[in-house]
Amino acid sequence: MEAVKENLQTEEFWVNMGPQHPSTHGVLYLEVKLSGETVVDLITHIGYLHRGMEKIAENRTYTQFIPFTDRLDYIASMGNNLGYVLAVEKLMKTEVNDRAKYIRVIIAELQRVASHLVGITTFAQDLGAFATPLFYGFREREKIVELFDEICGNRLTYNYMRIGGLQFDLPKGADEKIRAIVKYMRPKIDDLESLFSSNVIFTARTKGVGVLTKEKAINYSVTGPNLRASGVKWDLRKDEPYLCYDRFNFDIPTGANGDSWDRYKVRIEEMRQSLRIVEQAIGGLPDGDPTVKIGRIIKPEAGASYMRTEAPRGELGFYIVSDGSAYPYRMKIRSPSFSNLAVLSELSKGIKVADVVCVLGSLDIVMGDIDR
Amino acid sequence: MAVDAPEKQVEIQKEALLEAARRLFSEGFDNLHCVTAVDKNDSIELVYIFYSMGSRACTILKTRLALNDLAVESLANIWRSADWLEREVYDLFGVKFLNHPNLKRILNPDDWDVHPLRKSFERPDIVKKTRY
Amino acid sequence: MAVIEKIPASGLIEKFPGGGIILTTGESVLKWSKASSLWPLTFGLACCAIEMISTGAPRFDIDRFGAGVFRASPRQCDVMIVAGTICVKMGDCMKRLYAQMPEPKYVIAMGNCAVSGGIFYHDTYSVVKGTEALGIPVDVHIPGCPPRPENLLFGLMKLQEKIRNEKRGS
Repeated sequence: MEAVKENLQTEEFWVNMGPQHPSTHGVLYLEVKLSGETVVDLITHIGYLHRGMEKIAENRTYTQFIPFTDRLDYIASMGNNLGYVLAVEKLMKTEVNDRAKYIRVIIAELQRVASHLVGITTFAQDLGAFATPLFYGFREREKIVELFDEICGNRLTYNYMRIGGLQFDLPKGADEKIRAIVKYMRPKIDDLESLFSSNVIFTARTKGVGVLTKEKAINYSVTGPNLRASGVKWDLRKDEPYLCYDRFNFDIPTGANGDSWDRYKVRIEEMRQSLRIVEQAIGGLPDGDPTVKIGRIIKPEAGASYMRTEAPRGELGFYIVSDGSAYPYRMKIRSPSFSNLAVLSELSKGIKVADVVCVLGSLDIVMGDIDR
Repeated sequence: MAVDAPEKQVEIQKEALLEAARRLFSEGFDNLHCVTAVDKNDSIELVYIFYSMGSRACTILKTRLALNDLAVESLANIWRSADWLEREVYDLFGVKFLNHPNLKRILNPDDWDVHPLRKSFERPDIVKKTRY
Repeated sequence: MAVIEKIPASGLIEKFPGGGIILTTGESVLKWSKASSLWPLTFGLACCAIEMISTGAPRFDIDRFGAGVFRASPRQCDVMIVAGTICVKMGDCMKRLYAQMPEPKYVIAMGNCAVSGGIFYHDTYSVVKGTEALGIPVDVHIPGCPPRPENLLFGLMKLQEKIRNEKRGS
């Protein structure tokens, strides 16, 4: 017996997670080095959904690229549409009229609610709450998806924003529907919150797990709800207001500790704030014609511009270089999830392997956004 | 509106990059938001976009690399966000970053030897869409 | 008994009036059960995966067709729903996943990307142009970018139809 004990030794070993794995939110491949159950090292491999969007952009006209932006962050397609058209508008130095701005704000904020619903409930699913929260989240999201379907004819890839306006005006009766959605959504968000916050397992598994400090978050260029959860009061809608966000009252929720719990909490609160914005915007919706007035072939003058917007997952930036032709010379998509995921290996060191899933879920990544 | 606030654009020599970056960091530019490159046919232009969370300022740093000398100092030891962003530039453009902690391909398969975002990149199996 | 009465394939099963005796062929029962419990692989590649989850969610409820049990391991699956763009880097993993699935196995190519490359057909260097380009045989192609959940359900029904009409040895 003694001899056996003497010869016993432990060894660190590598575990593969992905690319096909239920909790990697798509095709993400993690190499985890474990000592027992504790993570010693974690290597993130991405690129399993690299579709070469930036190369495609060089061979499409400015308008032709709008549908591709839908497929970047496919849970929040409208946010990408908006980020892209604003970047081209900045390059062309044009602005849209007030009605178009208001509708864009309404759509973008509803999209944020839909996106966070998916984000939070898939996070809960990753923690082992199999299917129930996910079904709740998708039931609520379906209301918004249905509205978008009515507005632009598709459930997921909307292709609604246009350079210099919108594809269509809101259909008749849409403002009533939007008001109804806001009214419907408020108690549902409370329900969701009480479902998670009062759950002992959820609380125990998220509080204090994956703490991202303020300094680290900024140094890693983490943005969006993940940055705010670390206690940085930074939101482009307030700090660099685009469209007409400066006309609305809303708060920026922040977290105190930067752990997974805070990241969840910030998203819940953000949904409430988004509904507040939608309510104000629909109340003050100006008249006018928001449809696009610029031709389909757009030739911005030669130059470069960088525009970033607050997409649901963080700051989405488009760096567009124009050579004066109808095709972008170069387009760099600075996607929020890319930088948000980079921090994972740092956060994972020293925690248990089951908590890697927790941290990953709380960062709320979308592979299409990361790999482009 | 703050969107139209002028971004400060600075073009520097590549030898001065690390020094300029250190100065920016000490001036409060704590967020290296984006690193990218543009293939200008005769050279490759690197673009660094810095933001300062405190003063809400933006600085865009540009530097040009000759095609026969695609190597530049890495900023990943100052801003950790540069780690992945520089790997992406290496993957897509073939720019080598010196003193980078882990300079490997990030998006494309490890065994590729081409850099697809170069203007000269060609492959026979790419189906091209006709242009207007 | 209640279960047997629900079997839709009329003509395959004969019941004697008033009696508890049922006549059928083993094969037709096998086919029926195969078609009614298609377990898909949890395998979301890209955008279509969200519509696949929507199909699983309460509004569309894929469980009505017996295909709601998404398994995370290919070894427990009957059908692989290829939901999204297949990239070069992912191609080998997909082939391995398909090989790991036990027979009989079926493949649904959901969305234009899985059918033929879709909008990523032109000008890109890293997209495989469809599931069949990988050498994986596809049973049902569902076009759309992304297909609506109704389309996926229709594709699933088509697959069930195909299974029910399978000839032995095919």
